[in-house]
Amino acid sequence: MTHFDEMKGSEGVVRSCYRLVEDWLAHTPPTLLEARRAQAELMFRRIGITFAVYGEQEATERLIPFDIIPRILSQSEWVKLEAGLKQRVKTLNMFIADIYGAQEAIRAGVIPEDIVLRNACYRPEMAGHRVPHDVWVQIAGIDIVRVDDQDFYVLEDNARTPSGVSYMLENREVMMRLMPELFARHRVAPVENYTDELLTCLKSVAPASARGEPNVVLLTPGQYNSAYYEHSFLADRLGVELVEGNDLFVREDVVYMRTTRGPQRVDVIYRRIDDEFLDPLVFRPDSALGVAGLMGAYLAGNVTLANAVGTGIADDKAIYTYMPEIIRFFTGEEPILKNVPTWRCREEDAAKYVLDHLGELVVKEVNGSGGYGMLVGPHSTKEQIAAFAEKVKADPANYIAQPTLSLSTCPAFAGDSIGARHVDLRPFVLTGANGVRAVPGGLTRVAMKEGSLVVNSSQGGGTKDTWIIEDTPGAGQRQQQSQSFQSQGGS
Amino acid sequence: MLARSADNLFWVARYIERADFSARMIDAALRLAALPKAYGGDGTEWISPLAAAGNLELFKQIHDVPDQDNVFAFLAFDRDNPSSIRNCIENARRAARAVRTALTVEMWESINAAWLELRRIESSRDVTKPMPREEVDRFLDFVKTISRDFDGAAYRTMLRNDSYWFNRLGLYMERADNTARVLDVKYHVLLPEAEQVGGTLDFFQWTAILRAVSALTAYHWVYRESIKPWLIMDLLVLRREMPRSLVSCYENLARYLDFIGQDYGQQGVSQRLARSTYTRLLNSRRDEIFQRGLHEFVTEFLADNSRLGGVIAEQYLLS
Repeated sequence: MTHFDEMKGSEGVVRSCYRLVEDWLAHTPPTLLEARRAQAELMFRRIGITFAVYGEQEATERLIPFDIIPRILSQSEWVKLEAGLKQRVKTLNMFIADIYGAQEAIRAGVIPEDIVLRNACYRPEMAGHRVPHDVWVQIAGIDIVRVDDQDFYVLEDNARTPSGVSYMLENREVMMRLMPELFARHRVAPVENYTDELLTCLKSVAPASARGEPNVVLLTPGQYNSAYYEHSFLADRLGVELVEGNDLFVREDVVYMRTTRGPQRVDVIYRRIDDEFLDPLVFRPDSALGVAGLMGAYLAGNVTLANAVGTGIADDKAIYTYMPEIIRFFTGEEPILKNVPTWRCREEDAAKYVLDHLGELVVKEVNGSGGYGMLVGPHSTKEQIAAFAEKVKADPANYIAQPTLSLSTCPAFAGDSIGARHVDLRPFVLTGANGVRAVPGGLTRVAMKEGSLVVNSSQGGGTKDTWIIEDTPGAGQRQQQSQSFQSQGGS
Repeated sequence: MLARSADNLFWVARYIERADFSARMIDAALRLAALPKAYGGDGTEWISPLAAAGNLELFKQIHDVPDQDNVFAFLAFDRDNPSSIRNCIENARRAARAVRTALTVEMWESINAAWLELRRIESSRDVTKPMPREEVDRFLDFVKTISRDFDGAAYRTMLRNDSYWFNRLGLYMERADNTARVLDVKYHVLLPEAEQVGGTLDFFQWTAILRAVSALTAYHWVYRESIKPWLIMDLLVLRREMPRSLVSCYENLARYLDFIGQDYGQQGVSQRLARSTYTRLLNSRRDEIFQRGLHEFVTEFLADNSRLGGVIAEQYLLS
């Protein structure tokens, strides 16, 4: 399968934004790359940046493979991408507000009623409610892929509790320590202000009843959760308390945390636990992770949850398929980012086509995530395909299918040599009372296995630092322009 | 701060101090065990570290006669022994991980590195054979560096606010407890001036106690005298300049509790209790303690210390 390589382009001509990286790679011996990779791994392990993979007993704390070759996007590419991201996230907010409000999109026939109201992620508890400042999705992670040097495609919207931003931030820290010479050649847009932006955003959506400086906390399921590292990292960078359900209690519809000075009121909860676990009185009664009475306080308007309850509906892959129409409906604009063409198996003709072509398609559960419960046709055995066909037949509405995109590749240092590997990109988009912002860059996920298209960390994918640089790197740096990395002696 | 965070900060310091103390007790026993019987190596030296750690009973349920190998394995690596060194390190790391945001990077990295090293040692250790003496020594040294490293990181990098104070409280609670336990196990060789029974035979017992709390040199500096059992008691209970003495631990406990009380604008039971124990220690005299009985004195102290732990928990950590 031919694919677009972000360094070498489609015709094998090095793209200008990769000029210096290509030069660096050409002059850096693999042994040095190997040494840097080992250093990076040591740094990650010492800091304790780990990710748990469910279902693997012995490896409860594992490192995500980190690839030391940066992934580059030019400033002009980013400008276009950013505009598309803002448009998309603005729409997601309007769409979710509408679902739980006037339901105009349904009445106008933009999206079928049953796909919304019968959705597992639809929260009837939120119907008729507004949330502070009408912001539902404070933090969004939009998964982006590209297949050529023109277009960006949205693969998934993550409006529930997108994760991975700590890797974006730590990857940059590690790269700056390990590759100072490469940084010196480029002007890389910084990402370290993400947590400041996030804190501003969270404070901006505090409920009207909050007195004084809003008290923001981050709610984690605890240290055995796969993303615990990220939770503690973010709480630390935000300078907010990292709380577990037991640290909070609700009295007369107000949320308090238990402190050494007694109860202290909580105004904004950046929650990293799913809706179902938030409040045992409303959702799963067996949840020990949540806080009894939290939904009462929330609906009374005394606390802000970020993201709001019920936003998971936007992650649904069936709803995703309607996003282009939803964008047109709410903004009156053409979508800047494309959707990947998708067959909705809930439609009889589409289901028939999908079942006939399973071997060529990628089939996903509509509310699956993390690469679980999906079929990558071209990479599956006959038995796997047959078994999956039965699942689709049994519950067609639960599946969507997409062509196997020839995702773009980037150079990666895999094994002991440099090779092209497939990548995607998850930029993080913040929405506060003061507008929508995206920090330049995002988390690049890379399938470390040659030819593999699965980039999810839960499936062994790795990450890369993502650089947004000026269109012609090095052009403004007279001194260094003529220098090649060869003269650095590979140090 | 969160009550749970304060609790974890308190316990992370306790666990690390406990691991350090266990390593020192094993060290002392190894020295005694290497002596001929006539010099005090009477074969009971492996009971002391178990008694001082307060888990002689648990040990007896698992093993018959305590000897170097089974006591070392029990105190260092046994997962069934709640205060084994490996469990202390693991618990300390778990507590640290739960409050990573309240720790400085240096503290976290020191405890995390210690835990990674422990895992390496455990995976390379041949459990079917006793650990070679050289490796035992290296292991004990490793454990002692953990406390220095972690404690040093806390001292050098933490903001002086309630996070630091709760962490220090854990350290001094545990340290006071440990010093008192050594005294409790060895009270029968620590006799007042008048009763010089035992004589030089106990010399090695005494120096082993001092070594266990790294106070042998301190003893000479403070007293400029040969080793006298009543002065050992004096050093470990009443000397304010001795960082492991009961009075020094309580000076710190009272001080850090006062800081918390002042910062929160409220004094409570724990402040009063710590201050009263501190005053009592300050006003105690050596001969009085011997008159009442060292054993009784220590027993009473251990009860007070554990009561203070309970009161601190009630006042701040459980709210």
